[in-house]
Amino acid sequence: MYTQSMDLPQKKEQSASAPGAPENPEYQREFDARLAQGEFIEAKDWMPEAYRKTLIRQISQHAHSEIVGMLPEGNWITRAPTLKRKAILLAKVQDEGGHGLYLYSAAETLGISRDEMFEALHTGKAKYSSIFNYPTLTWADIGVIGWLVDGAAIMNQIPLCRCSYGPYARAMVRICKEESFHQRQGFDLLMTMMQGTNEQRVMVQDAVNRWWWPSLMMFGPHDSESTHSERGKQWGIKRISNDDLRQKFVDATAPQADILGVTLPDPNLKWNEKQERYEFGNIDWDEFWNVVNGNGHCNRERLAARVSAWQDGEWVREAALAHANKRAAKHPDGRVGEQAAPSMETAPMQTAPTAGST
Amino acid sequence: MMNTGNDRSKEWPLWEIFIRARNGLDHKHCGSLHAPDAKAALQSARDVFTRRQEGVSIWAVRAENICASDPDSKAEMFDPAEDKIYRHPTFYKLPKEVDNM
Ligand SMILES: [Fe+2]
Ligand SMILES: [Fe+2]
Repeated sequence: MYTQSMDLPQKKEQSASAPGAPENPEYQREFDARLAQGEFIEAKDWMPEAYRKTLIRQISQHAHSEIVGMLPEGNWITRAPTLKRKAILLAKVQDEGGHGLYLYSAAETLGISRDEMFEALHTGKAKYSSIFNYPTLTWADIGVIGWLVDGAAIMNQIPLCRCSYGPYARAMVRICKEESFHQRQGFDLLMTMMQGTNEQRVMVQDAVNRWWWPSLMMFGPHDSESTHSERGKQWGIKRISNDDLRQKFVDATAPQADILGVTLPDPNLKWNEKQERYEFGNIDWDEFWNVVNGNGHCNRERLAARVSAWQDGEWVREAALAHANKRAAKHPDGRVGEQAAPSMETAPMQTAPTAGST
Repeated sequence: MMNTGNDRSKEWPLWEIFIRARNGLDHKHCGSLHAPDAKAALQSARDVFTRRQEGVSIWAVRAENICASDPDSKAEMFDPAEDKIYRHPTFYKLPKEVDNM
């Protein structure tokens, strides 16, 4: 899972509430009080329109990142060097697909449909993490993505397990449980390569050189540039600032690079004894915005892959639904299994028994 | 963002998924997914929610078939139980010798 804090200025959504939104001072007070006490907000609870919109934007963007994030790694599944690595990579990419599904479902509880979210992605209206617009050139990239990209994602995501919106928080708990495997398999892959030939070590270093800075960009713009930080904090959906998370990531990662035996491509990276943290160089924000705005190496390719997957799957979606509707017409009692329903206890793949009957 | 005029009748219906982690435990809600029918819902639920042996049994329920209490009537639904503290064992102060009853 890959979230990116992109507090992109979204002109239309700046106003605190949409015109005609059912704002209600009494409900608002109750809502604020619940947030202040660290309580969760659930799907059917009253919430300010701006809270709902911000969550829809953040969660759907997050879901898109998971789904688009399958592409750069999927690129290497057929070329994995061993069966073991292939099985691992398949499992990892499948996890990312699952993460996307958890998150789309969480966003849907806020009143947007799955198809509307897809449409927003496919038309370029919705963003996804810019990291996936970089190409995966060698097998070492697969290890570095696990180590750095999933590593950065984990930093970003752990605080979201405590976010104020219940369905999002629960999805994040599930996701975070699965992420640790992603980072560890990446590091394991890189360690194996570092113990290999000189050529393999050069390959790892090259991949680290290319992915380090884009990974730091995953935390989003500097706090001073972030438009929504304050409100996000108030709402309990952004508990730790972009810069603080980025610092945590550098502090955790730099010693790992030493263990691996690679150099991080930053001449200004050094341990500050007094502040007990690493200092690091300036991020190239022009590159960041360039990629966010659609001009990275792979923006067009990624989007085209998603759009064609959606279009090519249309007849399958339609056929499955037509088949289900036809069956439902034949079995108006709701049973959909192949045989006439025997007793519930012995009928796998039947509709579930009611809670009272078990 | 909402109501962009999409044709929702073309979307697969939503299913709520409940999983029994192991025998002896209740089925517990773990999320939702879209599927054209019950059979496909169970199949998808297996792939989406039990990739690491998280369950031994799955229920899939059409989301539209679940009826939920209204959060607005939370107070009248649940508050009447608030002052009935005599329903809790701790309400009764017993001599030390028998207090583990
Ligand atoms: Fe993920
Ligand atoms: Fe991941």
